[in-house]
Amino acid sequence: MRKVSRLSRFNVASLALGLAFLYLPILILVIYSFNASRLVTVWGGWSLRWYHEFFNDRAMIEAAWMSLRVAASSATIATLLGTLAAVALSRGERFRGRTLFSGMLYAPLVMPEVITGLSLLLLFVALNAERGFWTVTIAHTTLTMCFVAVVVQSRLGSLDRSLEEAAMDLGCNPVRAFVAVTLPLIAPAIVAGWMLAFTLSLDDLVIASFTTGPGSATLPIRIYSEVRLGVKPEINAICTLVIALIAVVIVIASLASKLSSSQGESAAPL
Amino acid sequence: MSSRRIFARPARFAAIAPYIWMVLFFLVPFGFVLKISLSQTAIAQPPYEPVFDLTAGWESVKVAFAALSFDNFRLLGSDDIYVYAYVRSLTVAVTATALLLLIGYPIAYGMARLPKRWQAVAMVLVIVPFWTSFLIRIYAWINILQHDGLLNQILLALHLVSQPVVWLSTDTAMYIGIVYSYLPFMILPLYATLAKMEPALEEAASDLGAPPWQVFWLVTFPLSLPGVGAGVLLCFIPIVGEFVIPDLLAGSNSLMIGQTLWLEFFTNKDWPVASAAAIVLLVVLLVPLLLYERLQKRQLEQGR
Repeated sequence: MRKVSRLSRFNVASLALGLAFLYLPILILVIYSFNASRLVTVWGGWSLRWYHEFFNDRAMIEAAWMSLRVAASSATIATLLGTLAAVALSRGERFRGRTLFSGMLYAPLVMPEVITGLSLLLLFVALNAERGFWTVTIAHTTLTMCFVAVVVQSRLGSLDRSLEEAAMDLGCNPVRAFVAVTLPLIAPAIVAGWMLAFTLSLDDLVIASFTTGPGSATLPIRIYSEVRLGVKPEINAICTLVIALIAVVIVIASLASKLSSSQGESAAPL
Repeated sequence: MSSRRIFARPARFAAIAPYIWMVLFFLVPFGFVLKISLSQTAIAQPPYEPVFDLTAGWESVKVAFAALSFDNFRLLGSDDIYVYAYVRSLTVAVTATALLLLIGYPIAYGMARLPKRWQAVAMVLVIVPFWTSFLIRIYAWINILQHDGLLNQILLALHLVSQPVVWLSTDTAMYIGIVYSYLPFMILPLYATLAKMEPALEEAASDLGAPPWQVFWLVTFPLSLPGVGAGVLLCFIPIVGEFVIPDLLAGSNSLMIGQTLWLEFFTNKDWPVASAAAIVLLVVLLVPLLLYERLQKRQLEQGR
């Protein structure tokens, strides 16, 4: 019997080219951030000069701090709301307004950001809200809670429901069964959801541009206005730092989720 | 089953807080967009005539309805700039999505054929660039494509060109940027369906004498259509409204609708026209949005 060879030469080549395409530009950017030369494309030896420049750039540092604060707070609120939404959608059976609810949760995932940003700004203006930290945080929460809901909901969907039902048959009330059985099992998804929300918020330019006020620019807004004027080595350094930060978040979060999932498995039989 | 139903009751209450949040910050804002798109431009702060004043009672509502105007929409329909921007947005989105499918499919196919252990590694490798900032990835390409950038240096060194090629501010640069940014969105749904496919089906077709390309066209590709649909929608919808990539990589002589909206809003301070542009964009995207939502819901509810 002739067998289809699972991995053809074409498969290997397209995989290798695809990954190179995805990673080379970022790698080049990181390497050039250590370039001593002022000209971005001329190699002048290794140097930390541009990192030094960044740490002395008041406006950039302030923008970075603003971005980190917005990302941490919006990710936390979004994780809370997104998890609740996921629980309601995957365990709530039928309830009134369910279609509208799931519609509102899935639409922002693909909605062009200019529309979301514009509509929220018009709301804030109508409410006469002072634009700055809180308006950006609310806007990012609205966007990222939908991503959290999807991540947590797909985990809830793959869980064996008989576990929480067994807990209730053994005398737990629903809330207790959820906290003792379901929550530990979905903890990795919740951690992943927070992480996704954090990086999405850190990344967002369009929605933040609409919803922020004067004097409280986020890091992407600052980077964007610099990039429009041309390539600057300092930007390479900032981008490298952001990439490093995101890498650290991913590593910590995946360690945490591994830890909690092994705990979750030991907690499940209890 | 009864305990499932008992569990469902408090689970339903979990919807309250996110429900209120989404109505307040997602649904209600659209009402404002609609309202302002129907109002007159004014040189004021905020720069539009308020058309609604509920405090004045029913009379004011009647006055408000009388004052509603479709002028902004008429402007969008009659001014070539806007019509052209919508046409361009759709053209760019269709072209870019086709390119993404063409490039993403072989990669997803290769991933699905890796040994199980390597599949997980490949998936992480595809997802990781998605975590690094969108803006940073575009900036990385500006580094490479600029006048004395790496690409031109390589082309010159290989004597493929005699003088630097202009890459930035061209459609080529924009398509590179779009494909680069959206590739994971295309690969992941494709991979998800291809990996679930029964390898015996392909083997059977080939045992019955079909040449590899026929196996692909008659068996593999038709079975992967749900993944193709998800990937295409996931890329097409946001690309139509894309702002950052065309703004930084394409030339400024032909704008996409996201850029015109941004320009009307931030530069011309014409909020009513910007709102009207947003409404039209939303109407254009309504069908793909509904399709995508149905797909998403079906997938999540099948998962259990």
